[in-house]
Order: sequence, then C-alpha cells, then structure tokens
Amino acid sequence: MTTNTIAEVKNPILSLNDLSIAYDKNYAVKNVSVEIKKNTVTAIMGPSGCGKSTLLRALNRMHELYENITTEGEALLNGKNIYEMPAIKLRRHMGMVFQRPNPFPTMSIYDNVIAGYKLNGIRTKKVERDEIVERSLRDVALWDEVKDSLFKKGTFLSGGQQQRLCIARALAFSPEVILMDEPTSALDPIATAKIEDLLVKLKEHYTIVLVTHNMSQAARISDYSLFMYLGELVEYGKTKNMFTNPIDPRTEEYLTGKFG
Amino acid sequence: MESIDILKSQDHSSGRLLKDKLVLGAVIVLSLITISPIILIIWKLVVEGYRQISLDFLIENTPDTFEAMTAVANGELIPGGIANGIVGTLLMVILASALAIPIGILTGIYLYENQGSFMANITRDISDILQGVPSIVLGLISYLWIVKHITMGFSALAGSVSLAIMMLPMIVRSTEETLKMIPESLKEAALALGVPYHKVILRVLIPTGFSGLITGILLGISRILGETAPLMLTALGSSMINLDMTKPTSAIPLLIWEFYNDPNMVGLIWSSSLLLMAMILVLNLVSKQIVAKRR
Amino acid sequence: MNSDKITKAVLFSVSILILLLAAGMLYSLVGGSLPAFKTFGLRFIISGEWDPTYGREKYGALPFIVGTLITSFAALLISLPLSFSTSLFLGEYFRGTRVARILGILVDLLAGIPSIVYGLWGFYVLRPLLIDLGFGGQGFGIFTASLILAIMIIPYATSLSNEIIGMVPNDLKEAAYSLGATRLEVITTVTIPAARSGIIAGYILSFGRALGETMAVTMLIGNTNLVPDSLFDTGNTMASVIANQFGEADGLKLSSLIAIGLLLFLMTGVINAIGKLIIKKMN
Repeated sequence: MTTNTIAEVKNPILSLNDLSIAYDKNYAVKNVSVEIKKNTVTAIMGPSGCGKSTLLRALNRMHELYENITTEGEALLNGKNIYEMPAIKLRRHMGMVFQRPNPFPTMSIYDNVIAGYKLNGIRTKKVERDEIVERSLRDVALWDEVKDSLFKKGTFLSGGQQQRLCIARALAFSPEVILMDEPTSALDPIATAKIEDLLVKLKEHYTIVLVTHNMSQAARISDYSLFMYLGELVEYGKTKNMFTNPIDPRTEEYLTGKFG
Repeated sequence: MESIDILKSQDHSSGRLLKDKLVLGAVIVLSLITISPIILIIWKLVVEGYRQISLDFLIENTPDTFEAMTAVANGELIPGGIANGIVGTLLMVILASALAIPIGILTGIYLYENQGSFMANITRDISDILQGVPSIVLGLISYLWIVKHITMGFSALAGSVSLAIMMLPMIVRSTEETLKMIPESLKEAALALGVPYHKVILRVLIPTGFSGLITGILLGISRILGETAPLMLTALGSSMINLDMTKPTSAIPLLIWEFYNDPNMVGLIWSSSLLLMAMILVLNLVSKQIVAKRR
Repeated sequence: MNSDKITKAVLFSVSILILLLAAGMLYSLVGGSLPAFKTFGLRFIISGEWDPTYGREKYGALPFIVGTLITSFAALLISLPLSFSTSLFLGEYFRGTRVARILGILVDLLAGIPSIVYGLWGFYVLRPLLIDLGFGGQGFGIFTASLILAIMIIPYATSLSNEIIGMVPNDLKEAAYSLGATRLEVITTVTIPAARSGIIAGYILSFGRALGETMAVTMLIGNTNLVPDSLFDTGNTMASVIANQFGEADGLKLSSLIAIGLLLFLMTGVINAIGKLIIKKMN
C-alpha cells in the first residue's frame, strides 16, 4: 500500500490494522491498514468488486448478519477495538447510511429520526426528543421542508429527501463516524448535489467515510481518498494529491478511466 | 452535545442482549412443541398399527363384529382387512378426479387467459371461497343433490361429488399458477405459427406445465383421501367391496370411524390409520419430488 | 378462427360452472332449511332447545353456534403463540437453513393429517393425559376439543405468516441493525409491523378452518346439545351436530340440520372473504 502523503494522522479517530475480510475462505479484503482523520470526509473508491463496500460494512459489523463472513486484524475506534465490544454498542458510535433510502415505512418522519433512541431503549422526555428531532433535521437541511408534516409517514418524500431523512436518523445519535455506502447513487443530480453540500458541512462535527463509485464525487467533496483494487488498499492520501499525482500505476489507470 | 449525555447515562445493552437471547430460546422451544404432535401421532400409528398390516389386511374385507369379538377374547389379531375400504376409496377418488380435473384445469386455463377481466376475477374469488367451505357442508349439498335426487339413496357417486367439489378449487388455483409461470413467449410463438388456440392449450401449455398440474392434482387427492365427514352423509359405508357407483360404498376413513365406534373392532383403527397416513405421505413426497425435479 | 371462438366459449362456460355451483349450493341450503325457519322463525338462531321427540320437536341452533365460536376462538388463542413462534423460526431466525427446511416439512405434515386421525389421537392419547393432569371427568369437553383444534390449525397461520415475514426487505432490517438494534428489536420494530396484515390474514384464515372442522371435534367435545357452562363443560359444534345427528334424520330435524349447515356455510364464507380481502389489500 502506498501512502501519498506523510500520513501522520495524530490521534486518528479510526485506525485499521491489517484488516482482512473473507467470505468462507475467499478474501474480499486483504490486509488493509489505514488511519482515518477526525472531522474529514474520506472517500473509498475502486472498480466494482474491489471490496470497498465489504470493507465499509465491516466497520460497523454489518457483515455479522450473514453467516460465512469472517474478519482478521483489528479496527480501532478511538483506540478501542471494535470487534471486542458488543456490536449494539459500537453502532451508537458508527452510524450508517445506505445506498437506497430506507426510512421505516410504518413510522412517521418524527419517529424515524428518533428511531435509534427507541430501539436502544433509551428513555427520553418529550422535550428532549423534540430537540433531537429538530436538531437532526436542521443538520440535514430538511427541517423547513417537513416541520409541518412531522407525523406523517415519510413515504411521500422525494428520493433525495428520504435519503436526508435517513442521514438525520443516523445523526440523531451524534455518532463519531458516519459510514455511507454510495449514498447518492440512487438519486437524481439535484438531490445528489444537495447531499454533497450537506456532507461537506457535516464534517465539522462528524467524521465521514464514504464509499463511492463516482470519482468526481470523491474529487469534489473528500479530503482523503482510499483507492482499492482486488481487495487491497492500493493507495491512500489527500484527495488533491492523489488525483493530481497518483503514485501507484493502478491508481492512475483507474483515475484516467482505463478500467471502471 | 446533550444527546451524548443522554446516551452515556442509559446503556441497557446487557439487558437487551439478554432479552434477545431469551426470546430466541422461547421461539425455539415453542417451535419444537409445535411439531411434537406430528412426531407423536406418527409414532403412535406405527407402534400400534404395524402388527396388523399384512397382505391379508389389504385384500380381505372387514370382519363382522362377532368374529372380531372372538379374536379379541382369544388375544389374537382381529382377522380380515379393509379391502372394501381401500376399493371404495380408490373408486371415489377416481370418480372425484374425473369430475374435478377437467373442470378445474379448464377453469384454470380460463383464468390464466383472462387475467384482470371482471368475470375471471369473480370466478377466482368464488373458487377461493369454495375452498373454505367445510367438508361437512359439501356432504350436505351432495346429499341433497345426489342422494335425494339422482341415486335415490346413499352412493359412491354422492361421495365422489362432495370430494370433487373439495378438489376443484385446489386444481383451479394450481392450474392458473402453473400456467402463469410459463413464459409468455412460448405461447406467442405457437400462436404466431398459426396454431389454433385449442391446440396451443393441448400441445404447448399443458405439456409444458404438466408437472405443476400433476402436483396440484396429487395434492388435491391427498387432501380428500382422509375426509370422513362428507362421506358419512353420502357414501354411508358397506361391508362388501362395491364397484357400483349408485350404491353405498365403504372408504378407509369411514371404516376407521366404524371401528372406532365398535368396541370389538377398535383394535383395527391404528393399522387403518397407518395405511391412510402412508398413502397421504407417499402422495406428498411424490409431488415434492416432482417440484424438485422441475428446478 | 372459428375453432378459437369455440375454445373460448368452452372455457367460459366451464368457469361459469363454478359460479353455478356456488349459487346452487346456496340455493339448496336455503331451500332445505326453509321448513325449519318457517316453523321456528329466526328465533331458531337463538333458541337453545334441541328436542327430537316425535310430536313435540323443537330445534334451535344456539348451543352449536356458541360451541363453534368458543372452540374456534379458544383454538386460535392456543395456537397463536405456537404458530407465531414457528413463523419467526422459519421466516426470520433460521430462514434458509437446513433446520428450517426440515421444520417446515414437519409443519406441512401437520396439515396433511386427516381430521379423524387427530380425533383418534386426541381420544386415546390426549384425553387420558388431560385426565391425569387433573382435568376431571372423562376428559371430553370444549377445552379438549379446542386443544386438538389448535394443533390442527397451526400450519395454516404458520405457512402464510412465515412467507410474509420472509418477504420483509433486507435493507429495512439493516437500517435498524445499523442503529444498534438487537435481533429481537429489529423483529418488533421493523419486521412485524411490516408483515402485520399478512400475519393477521393468516390468523383469520386459520380461524375460518377451525369453524368447519368436524371429526376431531365430534370425537372430543362430548356431544351434549346444550350451551356449555364453562370451558371444561361438554358441548357441541355446528359441524359436529350435523355429522352426529344426520343418520335417519328427516323432516323437520333434517331441515334444522340443513339450516345449521347454511349458517356454517355463511359464517365460513364471510370469515374467509375477510381474510382474502386483507391479503388483496396488501398486494
């Protein structure tokens, strides 16, 4: 793995040491070591099948929902190994937004945002809940659009709005890291632009790790980029540097479109 | 941020994980309890019934109550068998199938060809409702129609009619579902070659969907094999083998009912039930095999 | 071209048969029950008398209606936790595994056992067991019948619910997991609400089946033609009394039995229609 910058990330919020992920015995991710800096947007790019989604989903242990996936190596969140704590605790600190917006259809917008609290059995006073819902919806620039229909089900919202609702839902916990798995690939360009703006604002308070198959998106909004190919982390560094001066030939080939 | 404080103060993780495990345990236990009757029932049938099963059991008629009483008194196996019941069941199943299969398949084809039409939807709905009619009511109907007006007395025909009405909705549904799974392009290709419609049905659709149709029929038969209530009102029963469909006839479930009610013949209930269950199981296994082979 | 028209006509007329069948059934049932309704009026439905003595025959359907409803409700209640757990087992917890396949086959087998075999097992195995456990008397009664009925209807609710539960989209469940929910919490907040109508429809349909069961019930319920006092009293159901009293019934008695058959036909028809309507709405 090549680093494109003197990657001295002091007190990284997330650090992966030799992380490997295997389906039965086939390694989809091999020996990834990287440090993610706090309050940045880090993009993970690579052609289809390079392991980027697999890697992302292993960071909040979603892979454990499926029988035959195993991990080796460690991933530290603020110094603590995420594989050595209860998954349900980890996920309070590591939120996730999925490719297709998936608000809970049987719940109102309000209930969707506060869903995390309800699910975790955290008792809150109404005043606290209202505060959390408003703050989260404001953070994703959705408050003005939905404040009069908070108790309607979220299904009438447009795709872009639904995705922002899902982001608000993930933000309600104030997780340290937000993982996003191609969050705009199912959205139209306008909605995509809105969300990209949002992400740039969000990094002030959160750390964002974003898988994207869209290089220009990575170039537009990320501070750091990871390039993966066939399960390996090929190159990592400041986005600007990687795009203008890729070190590894494979990175250059990908960025110039030689393989998708 | 305030939410972090709220989070820090309330961590019920261990309680929640415990609840999670407990409920999983309860689900497993209850599921095992749910399937226990089938294991217990088959066990009982096998243990109590296997002794009586023999070739004689299959080919001889039912003994009369006197013979049975003597045998029981002497500690012997009750002589005779259930041939009259087996033949009666076969007779009525064949008759019921002859009635239900053509009508069921043709109706299924009609529904398939007319998806969305008002008539088709009503027919489908009525067929579904018919499926929910209790078998005893079907026996009543068949009594009123056949016993009272056609055969002037209890008969195999009456029994078959009630069974046929039971089978009919099942065949209609399975035919429609099977046909729906055949790719449209196949039918269109045949029609494009100028093949007349009825030939498309007979030469293309039915052969292609054959295994699905057969499965529906086999499942329908396995459903009616064990029916007792409607036969009590229509076929009545008989101690002899009977092949005349206008006369009363026996059937395996009817015999089981007779044995149950006669203290001398009670010993025969398990073996008869075992035979009946075996027939039902075989039919189910065969249809599952057919479904599996299609995949 | 002509042959196509003929084919279409044949298909059409065959399917009309089904409609004629249903209409004919209703017609015959109504016709056959008229004598009873003419004699007793609509009070037939709420009358509790059943006296076949020649010269002063009096029949009423109430005990049987009550018996049918009580046993079917009780059966539904008893079967609920069992079939619900099994649907979760098959549709959620162990979905797609070998264990689930085997369990699924066993549950299907439950549906294949004929009513009379359930009756035999209920009579010779369950009943003595209940007597041993202290349920006094001969072990017959509403409770015993409801118990066996519960076992019989389990597969119907289970197979429908299990399918619906399995169809809840994965990404909804993943969203809940990503918020830190335990499996149980995902089931209660996402899976069940999403599958709710299907689950309810399944129970309505299995209730409908319970209403019409004859043999097993008649062998265990005690066959007393009176409105039962309690859950452990004996009683009778509509299906059971028809089977019991049919032999040599004629005239007014036969008409009364047919009237009971008509009521049963209508009851099951309505319940099944409601269940199917819910399923239709879901799709």
